[in-house]
Amino acid sequence: MITKVVMEALSPTMEEGRIAQWLKKEGDAVKTGDVLAEVETDKAIMELPARGNGVLRKILVGDGQTTAVGNLVAVIAAAEEDISGVVGQSGQQGQSGQQGPAARAPTPPALTAPSALTAAVGREAEAGGRIKASPLARRMAGEKGVDLHRVEGTGPSGRIIKRDVDTALTALTALTAPPPEAEGWEDVALSQVRKAIARRLTQSLAPIPHFYLTAEIDMERAAEARDALNAAGDTKISFNDIVVKVVAMALRQHRACNAWWQGDAVRYFHDVHIGIAVAIDEGLITPVIHHADRKSLRAIATATRELAERARARKLAPEEYTGSTFSISNLGMFGIDEFTAVINPPEAGILAVGAITPTPVAHGGAVAVRRRMRVTMSCDHRIIDGATGAQFLQTVRRMLEQPLAIVW
Amino acid sequence: MPTITYRDALNQALREEMQRDPTVFLMGEEVGVYQGAYKVSRGLLEEFGPQRIVDTPIAELGFAGVGVGAAMVGMRPIIEFMTWNFALLAIDQVINSAAKILYMSGGQVPVPIVFRGPGGAALQLGAQHSQAFDSWFAHVPGLKVVAPATPYDAKGLLKSAIRDDNPVVFLEGEMLYNLKGEVPEGEYTIPLGTADVKRAGTDVTVVCHSKTVAVALKAADQLARDHGIEADVVDLRSLRPLDVPTLRESLHRTNRCVVVEEGWPFCGIGAQVVDELQREAFDDLDAPILRVTQADVPMPYNKHLERAAKPTPEQVIAAVRRVAYLD
Repeated sequence: MITKVVMEALSPTMEEGRIAQWLKKEGDAVKTGDVLAEVETDKAIMELPARGNGVLRKILVGDGQTTAVGNLVAVIAAAEEDISGVVGQSGQQGQSGQQGPAARAPTPPALTAPSALTAAVGREAEAGGRIKASPLARRMAGEKGVDLHRVEGTGPSGRIIKRDVDTALTALTALTAPPPEAEGWEDVALSQVRKAIARRLTQSLAPIPHFYLTAEIDMERAAEARDALNAAGDTKISFNDIVVKVVAMALRQHRACNAWWQGDAVRYFHDVHIGIAVAIDEGLITPVIHHADRKSLRAIATATRELAERARARKLAPEEYTGSTFSISNLGMFGIDEFTAVINPPEAGILAVGAITPTPVAHGGAVAVRRRMRVTMSCDHRIIDGATGAQFLQTVRRMLEQPLAIVW
Repeated sequence: MPTITYRDALNQALREEMQRDPTVFLMGEEVGVYQGAYKVSRGLLEEFGPQRIVDTPIAELGFAGVGVGAAMVGMRPIIEFMTWNFALLAIDQVINSAAKILYMSGGQVPVPIVFRGPGGAALQLGAQHSQAFDSWFAHVPGLKVVAPATPYDAKGLLKSAIRDDNPVVFLEGEMLYNLKGEVPEGEYTIPLGTADVKRAGTDVTVVCHSKTVAVALKAADQLARDHGIEADVVDLRSLRPLDVPTLRESLHRTNRCVVVEEGWPFCGIGAQVVDELQREAFDDLDAPILRVTQADVPMPYNKHLERAAKPTPEQVIAAVRRVAYLD
């Protein structure tokens, strides 16, 4: 008889578990109650017992791997029994914790947060958790597009009942209702892009403990360098291209800022891939300059222009807007002096670049008008501490103020 | 419109149907000279004579069987049981004869008979004489079961029962006979198998029949006055066939339901109502349906224990508050 070994909920709040180590190996005879593996839950190391007798035929989730509660982790069966049907089914279940390209998905599953207005049915299956709701509450939620995951149940054992859905609907209506003095309005359904932006950015600001570092950088010499380069070559170099190059090179020195938050780990990258926020009609997208630290200014300028054009035409391939390790958002061309940008998760930081403005400053013992640029770095405090971020910004400033550093 | 008692409404129905159709006759213990144990047949012997108002010995199985035989040969007998507790002695004729003959004769022999009498508990009659057998009879294919709660319904339903070509079990109530209500003069009938909303409300459906209609209405008044809950009180009137569409329609408006009945909880009428509604109106339910029944014990003789064993407005109110998530 086939016994499926699934990741059990070994603590009341456990949603996924990591196999710390298997105590039995494939081919071992096991009987009910035998401890098969040690599982690291959100609370402690627990034992995963066998729920049937036979041979541990197949281990599907190896040591160190993590999987959601309810997922198949192994199969117990008689020695000769055909288990291909059971093993085959396990293909779709999500796992994480492996090394390598598979784990470099642009959006880690853990960060998939519910959006405000999605029907309940699909989400429930996704989350794997059962929602207690009266049949009527379920029907109402389905009809009105209320996500039951976001409704607090006030019935027995937290059951979601009619009044809870009504309350949620009232709140939603209040949220979406136009201000009373508004005379006319237009409801425009969210495009997929707008939805993605909304989802990604609310995933960012709410759960990530942001902090901000601002620096004002003297751009006189960078401007001179740019003018000289543009006079010499046929590829036009922008200030932004210089900022991209400098930030990429600075990241190479400050590995701590070139990282992804992985929930239970921080992934520090050896390569630098800079995402550049580009405004498009329906919002924004962040095409990626891969290996920006190793590219010439000319290559960065060409790539940026080309990617931005295709971004506006909505023609980017997925790999062209995913996988960035750090991002830059520049609103200088709109005359914005200074702003803060929202981190593009799971990255550790983003640099918001303002306009280059002639500003009277103390220079060489006198007041002089210099071209100055303010940059603000948003940092994920889980990865970057204040001093770490400050040192990185110091390097950025030094390089921009001494642009010859670029050629070092 | 004249206000008359439930007893007199039944009397009118009997008289009118006997005047209309010479094949209708009444048979039972004390129905003639004594004019009925509860005076339902008052004046009928005088008007229709002993051929059509037949006093019988105390032999329920015997006169029920005579009635079934008469029905098989074209008469429309009305068999009065002094109470349905005594009808247990006749239940073989009701179930094995009346309910089966049309089917077992291949549709050749209809049995247009009415078995009627008071059912359920009255006051301190003891465990053997205080029983509601509503679900017993409603269980049986081949029977129709009717349980009116008001004089108006009693008259209209009895006339329909007498005219129906199937055996009909007609459940009255000793405590209902003195109940007064408006009954129009002249001819009217109420189709079997139709429930009636006795009080319109929006917040909870209270399903009831027979004596529990008064219990439900009393609870509904108090719910409206003290709890701000408007109950939709649905009187089933017919237990078989059951008017599921009316129940479904009510539940669609209220989303909550309490079923009240005089009988015991296990396999009761309420169990059938719950079954129908969870299947037919699942998506309208905001709470599990609750039931209020007699306590699951033989009816105590002691006055206080008897009161405690019967379904009360207080129990209905408590159940309604629970399905409305107020407690």
